[in-house]
Amino acid sequence: MSPYAHPELLVDTAWVVAHRGDPNVRLVEVDVDTDGYEQGHIPGAIAWNWTTQLCDTLQRDIVPPGDFRRLMEEAGIANDTTVILYGDNNNWFAAWALWQMKIYDHGDVRLMNGGRRKWLEEGRELTMDVPQIARASYTMHGEPDLSIRAFLDDAQAASTQRNAALVDVRSPDEFTGRIMAPPGLPETCQRGGHVPGARNIPWGKVCNEDGTFKSVDELRALYEGEGVTPDRPAIAYCRIGERSSHTWFVLKYLLGYPDVRNYDGSWTEWGNLVRAPIERAAV
Amino acid sequence: MQSERILRAEDYRRRRERLDGWDIGIASYKLGGRYCCEVETIGEGARLARGEGATRDEAEAKALNKAREMLARTRVYPAR
Repeated sequence: MSPYAHPELLVDTAWVVAHRGDPNVRLVEVDVDTDGYEQGHIPGAIAWNWTTQLCDTLQRDIVPPGDFRRLMEEAGIANDTTVILYGDNNNWFAAWALWQMKIYDHGDVRLMNGGRRKWLEEGRELTMDVPQIARASYTMHGEPDLSIRAFLDDAQAASTQRNAALVDVRSPDEFTGRIMAPPGLPETCQRGGHVPGARNIPWGKVCNEDGTFKSVDELRALYEGEGVTPDRPAIAYCRIGERSSHTWFVLKYLLGYPDVRNYDGSWTEWGNLVRAPIERAAV
Repeated sequence: MQSERILRAEDYRRRRERLDGWDIGIASYKLGGRYCCEVETIGEGARLARGEGATRDEAEAKALNKAREMLARTRVYPAR
């Protein structure tokens, strides 16, 4: 079996058991369900709330640089800290956090393969206790790396000029406009469908039943079978940008595609635009 | 210093079912004397509901009731 392009971005649950006491390792749980951490978490792990801590709480944007620095410092994360992210829904928002940490150039951040599901299924240790964390000092380096982020203009160009592969990672029902959001989540858009030219490759297709990532050969077959190849830029999108950060992680770090961006505006931006073209063709 | 209370998810089980026309995944386990159940939609892979109870059946019934409510609220648009 071929190795992932960047295996250093991924740890397994056994690695976490062996290293969770390491003072230079910080475990962070990031869940869709922001109450998840309180139901039991890995001992020593802290939690980040994606609705308040991983975004700009005024305008729609990623976490601003000053807030990011503060978040790191309050989490006891210094520039040389190894950060291990994990969460529910097969690491949706853990990947979202990783994507933002890469934008802000944190040196060593990784995902725990399989996330919370894998940890629970293996019957590993959990606690309700919240660790006391000593504040750290964190220095921001230069400008954010926006080469891994796509904006509306980029998505529009990809749609009209076909200069990048657009990967819609939502479910087929969302892609075709049958539903506007996963059941239980707010619709937050005016129209259903997808960006013209996008391929529908649901994020979940990259995962095994236990939440871990499929092999590199399986992943390569999945994306190349849909025409998403490493010789061409790729832009992933979903509804609000977290599922697509999961796919961004797969394309960039597991398959090693050189130019992959996450369009975090996603369908809640495109599906609300006046006169934006929309396709609703069946998958 | 008080020592940390350590728990483990026990007897983790996962299965797929169909609920009101939707494919769902049901995961349940015992944690600290209580049973927990999580229901997700298979297509979206998103957690739909969670329930807890003194028994697995009770936790699953609570989660499935909530899941039913969430699914009933989901608007489905006709193909056009």
